[in-house]
Parts: sequence; structure tokens; C-alpha cells
Amino acid sequence: MSAQGTTIKSKEELIAKWSKPEVISGSEILLRSLLLEGAECVFGYPGGAVLYIYDAMHGFDDFKHLLTRHEQGAIHAADGYARSTGKVGVCIATSGPGATNLVTGIATAYMDSVPLVVITGNVATHLIGTDAFQEADIVGITMPITKHSYLVRKAEDLPRIIHEAFHIANSGRKGPVLIDIPKDVSAQKTLFQPISGVQLRGYNPTIQPNKNQLDKMLRAIESAEKPVILAGGGVVYSGAHEELYEFVTKTGIPTTTTLLGLGGFPSGNDLHMGMPGMHGTWTANMAIQSADLLINIGARFDDRVTGKLAGFAPNAKIVHIDIDPAEIGKNVPTDIPIVGDVKAVLQQANALAKPATKADAWRKQIQEWKAAKPYSFIDSDTELKPQWVVSMIHETTHGDAIVTTDVGQHQMWAAQYYPLNKPRSWVTSGGLGTMGFGFPSAIGAQMGNPDRTVVSINGDGGMQMCAQELAICAINNIPVKVVIINNQVLGMVRQWQELIHENRFSHIDLAGSPDFVKLAEAYGVKGYRAANKDDALRVWKEALEHPGPAVVEFVVRRNENVYPMVTQGSTIDQMIMGDAE
Amino acid sequence: MNRKFTIAILVNDQPGVLQRVSGLFGRRGYNIESITVGASEEPGLSRMVVVTTGDDHTLEQIQKQLYKLIDVIKVIDVSGNPMVGRELALIKISAEPSMRPEVLGIVETFRAAVVDIGPSTLIVQVVGDSEKIDAMIELLKPYGIRELSRTGVTAMNRGAR
Repeated sequence: MSAQGTTIKSKEELIAKWSKPEVISGSEILLRSLLLEGAECVFGYPGGAVLYIYDAMHGFDDFKHLLTRHEQGAIHAADGYARSTGKVGVCIATSGPGATNLVTGIATAYMDSVPLVVITGNVATHLIGTDAFQEADIVGITMPITKHSYLVRKAEDLPRIIHEAFHIANSGRKGPVLIDIPKDVSAQKTLFQPISGVQLRGYNPTIQPNKNQLDKMLRAIESAEKPVILAGGGVVYSGAHEELYEFVTKTGIPTTTTLLGLGGFPSGNDLHMGMPGMHGTWTANMAIQSADLLINIGARFDDRVTGKLAGFAPNAKIVHIDIDPAEIGKNVPTDIPIVGDVKAVLQQANALAKPATKADAWRKQIQEWKAAKPYSFIDSDTELKPQWVVSMIHETTHGDAIVTTDVGQHQMWAAQYYPLNKPRSWVTSGGLGTMGFGFPSAIGAQMGNPDRTVVSINGDGGMQMCAQELAICAINNIPVKVVIINNQVLGMVRQWQELIHENRFSHIDLAGSPDFVKLAEAYGVKGYRAANKDDALRVWKEALEHPGPAVVEFVVRRNENVYPMVTQGSTIDQMIMGDAE
Repeated sequence: MNRKFTIAILVNDQPGVLQRVSGLFGRRGYNIESITVGASEEPGLSRMVVVTTGDDHTLEQIQKQLYKLIDVIKVIDVSGNPMVGRELALIKISAEPSMRPEVLGIVETFRAAVVDIGPSTLIVQVVGDSEKIDAMIELLKPYGIRELSRTGVTAMNRGAR
């Protein structure tokens, strides 16, 4: 199977095909139900407790499964698929170690509200609780990091549970749902009938906002002199980028997008201020700190955004729009809470919104800040600079690629120097900060977007946490362009040790890393390396034109730091601007 | 300012639901002073009563976070309105026969009951609000408390609420 040419039958066709009630195994019920939910591609790894499930795949041509080389690769791929498509990502692993290998991926998805349905096998029902071979209480282990979970006791419950799981995963505040299926349940035969509709008394997300609160916000905009919009992942997840654009255009409020909100608002727009927070722009941080009105749209006031809470947005009236009521008032006291789906809220707001007419001087101030202090770095003619590499990638892909990143300095440089104009083009682990996420998530993004260029930007550290998935790119010709920004060091840790631990460098040297070109070639993937600008541009263009997957290693300056930087415990206007100043 | 809250949580009677609720309290750093679970008026639903301490912000977060659990149907701050809160305690004390009349006097005053008499022990059962049980324990301490078991508070609001 390649990223191209998966033909998926429509739900109607499938229902017609399976309309006659039939006695089939729990495993086949699982596969049919997944297809009925629209699962185009499932990432997984077989094992003892899921043998019946994998047996059911044999000859089941409608069902597309991609065999990864590690369960962690499977779940990050499912995550990348989900983030880049808006559909539910699905992965399968066996019991015990298979299931526990998913834990990091589940936590990653939970922190960033990514809809996943995670299927695990478990030992047979009569063995549960006996410390049987490859038994792990994965429902218990993952309770704090799943939106919901199920231990299936009877095969006849499977259609309902799978339908509920998809509903829960992809509605309200999205998130991962785990379904644990004991081996005997996957073997059990029972009558299968497709199910529709869910009845969940304890689950009714609020979609439409309270009118009074909405009016309060609109009045606050009219009287604001220094309004700011802080837009987060919720804008992307609710598909509200057009509504946000309309809202910003109508009101004329300068807008900053968080790490997960990147692409939710066009970065080229005059009113866009870039990213806020620890490595955000001067403009966004100064704007928040000076604002008299801060409208948070689908962001959760993460500590990397707010810096020291006590001094955050000290003069601002706070409006917080979120589908999760628990986020409102959690970190930042809120004056105008608006619970609802961002898209629904903005649709209603747009019908009534008036321009922030008192903010002319403010908009002028923003433009001055933007002009005076954009992201900047000192380029070099002798060494490759990572910021230059990312800018070069941006230019050659016309800013139109889907970019996935790992975690660390390269992630921040990608966020700074790959400005995005479209939603669902940015796949990054924000909340959990999961190293090893960047590359496998690109595989999922490519599977979900066969017609787009997918560039995965990694460091030399994180790349080694899931490099084994190069195999599936090679075998299935998944044409991901894997970038390794190689500075031969765990750069972000180095930066903190330099700036905060007074140059006491401890265990950050990545000497002994493989020759990444040879590593790629060992898997049958095209490998390139560049250490100067001419080579960089040449090999990168070659890699882009190469029809299959490619690994491109850019050997960059070791001691480069990410700036601006707000150190922990500081307010976000206390930025270290770095070498370029 | 920290206060004591009594929260009633109506939940689906599903395996693991107690773990979901207690785990949430644990990982978010909310204190559980006591927790009781049992059947509710509706088949398939259980009612938990949790006594916790915190400020108003904590109480608000607890309620919101509980509502995020799919198996949680309803969360009520019972202590926000006039309520009846009761717990039961079993207290085993050392009581040689010669001491018994004195103990029985205390038990009677508290409208408690002696539910077991051993050769040198008594088990006292007392039902009431937590303060009454605290007082009973204080009074029985001089006799030597060998074992103490409290159920934790179950509670509901007074009247039609």
C-alpha cells in the first residue's frame, strides 16, 4: 500500500454490503465497525492477544492497515493523521508491552486534544487479574491520559462501544479513547448489526454560547483601546479558521496564535503578531502585557504561553472562549467566560461584531513593534544556521507543505521561520513535548494527505527515538521528506544549561549518532547531507523532486540558541532577545 | 480560604468508575477526606459522596473536572445548601465487666448502641454527623480504643431540593 490509491468505500456502500444480520467474530465486528466509522488507514503492530483481530484482516481487502516497527510509531502516525485531517486516528496494539508502548502517544494526544481511537488486545477474560503472560491493566494505566476508556466484556457490545468511542473522541474537547479487547472477546461470535446514534447521559458538550456573555464580549471590544486575540488549537480543531479570519477582519483586533494555533490564522496578515510565550515574538508578548482586553479563543493559557501567571496580561479584561468549561478560570481569572464550540461562538459573534474603533493607535503601535523586532538571527557564511535552513525549506515549498516537528530547538525554529497560512498544516507535540513524535507523525500526515508535500523537521536527538519507521516509508513508498537539523547536541537542554545552569553542561553531547545518510540508505530510503548553503539548497531540491521518501541531514552550528526567550518564572515581557540584538 | 465541602456525584454503575473519580482527585491534588459509594434511587446509577477541603476555586475546578468524566452524570455541592450529613462508626473499646455500666451510660446519652460484647471488649455503634462521632470518640478514649472504623459521610440536601 502506498499513500496514494487507497480506495475507501462510502459508509452507505458498506452498510448496504453488511445490512443482512450475520454471525461473525468480535474481531470482524471490530474491523467492520472501524470501516463504518470511516477509518481509512489504521496503524498497528500484531501480537498474541490480537491474533484474532489480525486473522480477521487476512483477505479483508477493504481494511487498510499499516504495519509500523514500534507501537509508539503507530500511535504517533495515527496522531499525525488525525491532526492533519481532522478525522479520528486509529491504532492497534497487543496486550502488555504492546499496550504500554502506546502510553507516551496517548498522553501526547490527550495533552493536545487529538481525537484517537486506540485499540489494545488484552489477555482472555478469565485470565485478567492473574498476572498472565503479557497482561497489563492498560485501562487503569491510561485513565489519567484518556478522555474515556472501555474494557469490552462481550463481543455484542463492540458495535456500540466503537461507535461511542468515535463520537467521544471527535466531539466536545477532542481526545484519545481507549478500547481494550480481551482475546476471547475478539474470538467470540455474535450477531452483527451496524449501530447508529449514541446515548451518553453524562456527555453533552456545550456547543452554542450564552448570548449574554457573547454580548458582553462584543461590548468590551467596542470600548477597548488595546485589544488582543490569543487564538489556540481550538480554532484549528473546530475548523473555525474562516470564522476567525472574519472576526479579526471585522473587529480589527491584532491576533497572536499559540504553538498549536499556528495556521489557524494567516501569518502574512497585517494583524497577525506571530506566536506568544516563551519563544514567541516581541510583538505578541508586549501586546498581551499592554492589552486592556485579551480574547482567548480556544487556547488554554499554558504556562509556556503565560510565563509567570501573577504578572500575565496585568491590565487586561479577560475573555475566554473554550469548549471545555474546566479550562476557564483554571490558570487565569476570567472576566467574561464563554463556553462553546469556537466555530459556533465565532459564527454568532461575526453576525454582530463591530470594529474596535478606539484601537487605531494600538494597531499603529503593533505595526511599529512588528517592524522593529521581527524574529532575527545572525546568519553565517561559514556555518549553516538552522534558522536559515528552515527559511530555505519554507521558500522552496512555498510555505505550503504540511510540517511536522519533533521537540526542542528545531521545533521552535520551525514555528518561527515556517510561517503558515493554512490550518492543519502543522503537526507538533505542544503540551507533552514528546521527542520521537516528529517523524512518525509525518507518516500519518502523508497517509491522510497523499497529494501534499509533507516535511518532517527533526533534531538529531529526537530522530533517533523513532528512526525505525524509515522502514515503512521505504516499503510503502510514503514520500515524507525527513529533515534532520543536526547540531550534534541536545540543543534545547544545552541552551537551558548555558543560560540557566551557568554553562554546567551535563549529558547533552550526541557524539556516536549514526551517519544519518547511511542509516536512511540502510532502510532503502534516499539520504542526503549538507553542511553549507550551496549544498543545502541543491540536495534539498533534489530530495523534494525525488518521488519517494528522503532523509536530508543539515549539519548546523552547534551552539545556536532559540531567541527570543522568556526564562521560567519571568513575565513574558522580560524577553532575552539574544545575539541578534 | 480553605473550607470543607461535601459533594454528591451521580455516576454510571460501571466497573472502574470509583477509580476514575478517586484517580481524578489524586492526580489533580484534591484532598479526599472521606468517600462513600452506594446505590442511588435509579437502577444503573450509583451515588458517591466525597468530603473534601479547599477554596472556592478548587471546588469549582473539582466540579468541572468531574463533569469531564463520561461516567459522571451529575455533580452537586451538597454543602452549598442545608443538608443532612451522616456517618456511622464502630468503636471497639476495652471494657472489663466492671467498667461496662459507666460505658453504657455514655452510649445511652449519645443514643448510640452496643452491638457486641466480648469478655473484655465492647463494640459501640454510633450514627450521626461527624462532630457527634468525634465527640463520642473523645469520650471513649479513656477506656482504650482498640479499633475504630468510620464509614465516611453520606449526605443529601434537606427539603425538596
